[in-house]
Amino acid sequence: MIRFILKKMLYLIPTMLGITLVAFSFIRLLPGDPVLLMAGERGVSPERYAQIAAQLGYDKPVWQQYLHYLGNLLQGDLGNSLVTKKPVMTEFLALFPATVELALVAIIIATVIGVPVGVIAAIKRGSWFDQFSMTAALIGFSMPIFWWGLLLIILFSGVLGWTPVSGRISLMYFFPQVTGFMLIDSLLSGQKGAFASAVSHLILPSIVLATIPLAVIARQTRSAMLEVMGEDYVRTARAKGLSPRRVIGVHALRNAMIPVITTIGLQIGVLMAGAILTETIFSWPGIGKWMIDSISRRDYPVVQSGLLLIAAIVMIVNLIVDLTYGLINPRIRHK
Amino acid sequence: MSLFSTRLLAASTFALMAAAPLHAKTFVYCSEGSPEGFDAAPYTAGTTFDASGHAVYNRLVQFKPGTTEIEPALAESWDVSEDGTEYTFHLRQGVKFHSNDKFTPSRDFNADDVIFTFERQASADHPWHEYIPGITYEYYSSMEMDKLIKSIEKVDDYTVKFTLNQPESPFLANVAMPFVSVVSKEYADTLEASGTREDLNNAPIGTGPFKFVAYQKDAVIRYQKNADYWGEAPKIDDLVFAITPDASVRLQKLKAGECHLMPYPSPADLDDIRADPNLKLDEQPGLNVGYLAYNTTVAPFDNPQVRKALNMAMDKQALIDAVYQGNAEVAKNPIPPTMWSYNDAIEDDKYDPEAAKKMLEEAGVKDLSMEVWAMPVQRPYMPNARRTAEMIQSDFAKIGVKVEIVSYEWGEYLKKSMEEGRKGAVILGWTGDNGDPDNFLSVLLSCASASPGGANRAFWCNEEFSDLLAKAKADPDHDERVKLYEQAQVIFKQEAPWATIAHSTQYVPMAKNVTGFVQSPLGDYVFDTVDLTE
Repeated sequence: MIRFILKKMLYLIPTMLGITLVAFSFIRLLPGDPVLLMAGERGVSPERYAQIAAQLGYDKPVWQQYLHYLGNLLQGDLGNSLVTKKPVMTEFLALFPATVELALVAIIIATVIGVPVGVIAAIKRGSWFDQFSMTAALIGFSMPIFWWGLLLIILFSGVLGWTPVSGRISLMYFFPQVTGFMLIDSLLSGQKGAFASAVSHLILPSIVLATIPLAVIARQTRSAMLEVMGEDYVRTARAKGLSPRRVIGVHALRNAMIPVITTIGLQIGVLMAGAILTETIFSWPGIGKWMIDSISRRDYPVVQSGLLLIAAIVMIVNLIVDLTYGLINPRIRHK
Repeated sequence: MSLFSTRLLAASTFALMAAAPLHAKTFVYCSEGSPEGFDAAPYTAGTTFDASGHAVYNRLVQFKPGTTEIEPALAESWDVSEDGTEYTFHLRQGVKFHSNDKFTPSRDFNADDVIFTFERQASADHPWHEYIPGITYEYYSSMEMDKLIKSIEKVDDYTVKFTLNQPESPFLANVAMPFVSVVSKEYADTLEASGTREDLNNAPIGTGPFKFVAYQKDAVIRYQKNADYWGEAPKIDDLVFAITPDASVRLQKLKAGECHLMPYPSPADLDDIRADPNLKLDEQPGLNVGYLAYNTTVAPFDNPQVRKALNMAMDKQALIDAVYQGNAEVAKNPIPPTMWSYNDAIEDDKYDPEAAKKMLEEAGVKDLSMEVWAMPVQRPYMPNARRTAEMIQSDFAKIGVKVEIVSYEWGEYLKKSMEEGRKGAVILGWTGDNGDPDNFLSVLLSCASASPGGANRAFWCNEEFSDLLAKAKADPDHDERVKLYEQAQVIFKQEAPWATIAHSTQYVPMAKNVTGFVQSPLGDYVFDTVDLTE
């Protein structure tokens, strides 16, 4: 098992190196020049331009800039934001908990609803429930996030007034950030109503963010269940006269869950991407919105290191998924 | 299923929320973006100035609310020497800096703070020049303060003398701008001693109407009223910036009562706002201009007759109705009518496609095809450049000029539009920084700014025009300056380096119970005078 883990982790090194190269070139391939964007519409004299570019090292050939960047990375220096001048790592750590909180709630919603829907749809294959839920999943999967988010805001916040429009908590609550998770910090603050406010702020964005994973998980569960239910051991279990609940709950579901867990794990990566739009709509102060802002400002250091950090987290999550997969399916380990 | 659980949660949390009333005098402003930091000197964005310069700090002089006129602030009065090169500021006494958990001022504001404020920006050798790695002072250099100020002397604790290299009348307007917000020298020394220099930017201490309390990145900024304020104390107790980048979400928040005032509504929402009984909409002509800049160094656009002919082919009123939805006025001058020295006697080129066609023929221009550049972003002075370009395209087609519309990513657009020998006419605009005509005319149209990298996108260099500007800049006499700028506008109109398009209206939607908010012609958001009625 340890060898398995080590081997997997060894693969991370070339992958991470590849990601630095992609992120580094991606932001530079975009048209637009950070020096000019810093100067804005005002314009900047050629001397001043050269001065700033030299200060930032952007006057050197791109490959030298890349090597310099890698050198700094090896020393644990992710660089400083061009806009705020603060270390990328500091900014990342300030915003990351908000994204994790939103993503966790979203993946929980997607799993708790998606798995049962998939199971029921599989058992009642061809029924109205099956058709309805799978059509809904198809729609959910292809929903444009921006439109969907605004629609929910207008309906639930604007027309009905049930949920707050955006942000993480009502502005009347003010307390120190201990964990960075609003659900926990609000409870720790001891202020009455703070937790409820945090929950109410999470509802719409987490639903929006959960929509795509929910659709994927429901469909994946359904097809995995259908496949497993056709297997010999399920037929055998049925023939032995076990109760349908036991046949489905233990024999079928347990085996069907193997690919489903992988799907859930992989959806966490998708959530990171989905968070970019969701956070923008709901003014959710997380890394998704931070990335969008930084790309539009050509904040090179933030984009290249931010993407690297996000990629590292997605890979670690995937590694954990792999390991869990190994745990629940012993056959993998021995290969 | 998801809808059901939503309802359940929503209903229960709503009940809890409704039970907790908001503070009586907490004013919430839904700002459009995060500040870059809280030291106003190194940054250039208006968003930053609203969050730091105007809330936390003061300057030597300030703009009278709602105008571009200068009035005393930290300087009670000032004298200008005969030759216009010496400005002596007499400082206000008894002004207290804010305090926070790490700093309590032991003395009042004085000349040392003023000198510290300017010198840290002026001199690269100053120990506080680069107190954060990579920090630069773009505004200080782009307003050419480094070239202008020869020396700053402390005459006594409450008198500071600035000596300029040449007489320059817009200087007073410059020192009213947020980038020279006065910071505390004593606070800087304290931070130096404790090794936390970056707190000058993270935990600002100023003399302004509000004390900084806390900032949660990209989410919320909290301020408290400065009870010791030297001016009239604010009427609200707490000021909160709720950072909300999306304009439609800002509006939803305003409607839901989650904030009291918002900047930059999208033009499509204006009718909806007017129809809402809980909201009101403040409108004011903006200090801006949207224009189409020809490249006056490239044939046939080097011929004023050609440029004039094209201007005459442009149906500006139709353009304003369609693109600005009527929320702007036709521009005939490069400066807006709210600015002093605006020459109202000037007549705009008449919309006359037939005459325009003839003029082109007389100039010997046949089968002209050209590029019109449309900027990819929305700005107050130009809500939809693509649509503008399309209308220009169809107008020009009527006089036989073929237009190809070109667009680039914004950063690239700014860069390419500055390149010498650029093909095509560029749609762009400008919003004033300090309310001085020089800030439009010299920045956008002088010979000096016609070099690559300058903001003169027409590359138009007219000696006579530039001489007038230089003269006006050096003249301390206001009436003389007015005359000179009026003349300059006459030359501009004759030479037509741009097609002036529009001056757009600025809109500020707010809740009905907001009183005392004064819109700034400079587009700043200032909350000293704001109040909430029950």
